[in-house]
Amino acid sequence: MDRFLFLTVDGLAKGAVYAAFALAVVLIWRAARIVNFAQGAMAVATVYAAYSVTQATGSYWLGFAAALAAGLLLGAGIERAVMRFVPHTSPLNSVIVALGLVLLLQAVLGAIYGNEFRPVETPFSRTGITVGGIALLSRYDLFVLGAVLVLVVLLALLFTRTSTGLRMRSAAFAPEVSRLLGVNVAGLLTFGWALAAAVGALAGMLVVPTELGLHPNTMDLVFVSSFTAAVVGGLDSPIGAVVGGLAVGLVLSYAAGYLGSDVTPLATLALLLVVLLIRPGGLFAGVRTRAV
Amino acid sequence: MTLLQVDGLVVGYSAAPVLHGVDLTVPPATIVTVLGANGAGKTTLLRTLSGLLRPAEGGIRFDGRSLVGVPVERVVRLGLAHVPEGRGVVAELTVEENLRLGGVWRADRRDVRLAQDEVYELFPALAARRKHAGHQLSGGERQMLALGRALVARPRLLLLDEPSLGLAPRITGQIMALLRRLCDETGLAVLLVEQNVRSALSVADQGVVLSLGRVVAAADAAQLRDDAGLRHAYLGF
Repeated sequence: MDRFLFLTVDGLAKGAVYAAFALAVVLIWRAARIVNFAQGAMAVATVYAAYSVTQATGSYWLGFAAALAAGLLLGAGIERAVMRFVPHTSPLNSVIVALGLVLLLQAVLGAIYGNEFRPVETPFSRTGITVGGIALLSRYDLFVLGAVLVLVVLLALLFTRTSTGLRMRSAAFAPEVSRLLGVNVAGLLTFGWALAAAVGALAGMLVVPTELGLHPNTMDLVFVSSFTAAVVGGLDSPIGAVVGGLAVGLVLSYAAGYLGSDVTPLATLALLLVVLLIRPGGLFAGVRTRAV
Repeated sequence: MTLLQVDGLVVGYSAAPVLHGVDLTVPPATIVTVLGANGAGKTTLLRTLSGLLRPAEGGIRFDGRSLVGVPVERVVRLGLAHVPEGRGVVAELTVEENLRLGGVWRADRRDVRLAQDEVYELFPALAARRKHAGHQLSGGERQMLALGRALVARPRLLLLDEPSLGLAPRITGQIMALLRRLCDETGLAVLLVEQNVRSALSVADQGVVLSLGRVVAAADAAQLRDDAGLRHAYLGF
């Protein structure tokens, strides 16, 4: 029972990061109908930016802010300079371009920082707090959970309470009608990419310290888990991304705990298969409202 | 006095233009209907006026200023609202959100709320369904919502593309009567594209007949109604 509790709590902490990263994937999918396979590489680039700033200033929090700012800039830049010009004739076009971006970003990062693992510091201790004899969450895990919770609340408020959120939803669902109503659809697309990349940067900052260290490929596996989370939740649904992220975190944690770490990738695959067999659109896929 | 002045509008590729030199004027507080068979270029005309298409030649002046090259999202700010064919209600958003969207660019939030309340008064059916998503509405309700949403922008000219499409005659009649009232009471001008020639001519002040991208007749609506030759040749009744 203790072991179950530990694995659950650990899974939720991991899942929170997958949820944040899945949100980044969902944001771009909703805005642009592009699965951004470069999300992981983009996030790593922002964590390197944070690394440099922290090295130079000695402040974790300045680095943290730098990662978010770098995310905003990188996302907007990639949309303006690259993705805008990818023709929408086939969904594969943007996938290929995104994969090209992965190679480019990882090569550039490797050239600047070298291909070694660099240790990154955490603002809080990673030793678990002992509750009733079981070492449960660490302070850092609490920070991760809190940060993701704040992110989810802020995004929910943005989309449901603000005029920008209304415009973003409308621009995604009906771009031409939105333009006729005075909505700057192209500008919102850039904003959507910037926002998604900043969310990715946050997820990167949270997850990299729990991995082996900073390396141009650090986020590759995290991206796979998070992409699975986004698909499990239904690519269109932010709630789905959060639930999917937590589900993937739990499944990975239970599988590693009870079956051994060799089978964890298979567990993710099994979860994906089961969900897609039962609900091909993902758990929270909306009804196809456009088909009348 | 004219609100909208279109001169020699040519739209389309040079090999196959859709509009070949269309002239048109819309005075304020007037309903002008554009009639013609499928493929005459009616929808293309509206899409060019609101900036969705760029003319190859010709001029569009709205309230004295040229609209050619003005981005779509700016055109509505100048006072020209386009309700596209198929109604354009955002199916995933609620009635209320669709209406809010109609005034999303406006700084005068108080007047936006006022305008929304006016829409609910004009269409009580919508007021009862505020929280319903667009895809839950009937065809008539969608048309009301699209029209009401355009009114939230407080336009001076409304471009309406086939508002009667797929609607019951009674609802079409209601919408036409409402257009007449808005025009008489608020000074709104309407450019109305219709396949439903009878109901369009019954409400319009002036009519323009398009055929294969050219204006073949432009006259008072009453005159067009009475011109049997023209009706047989182009309007099919």
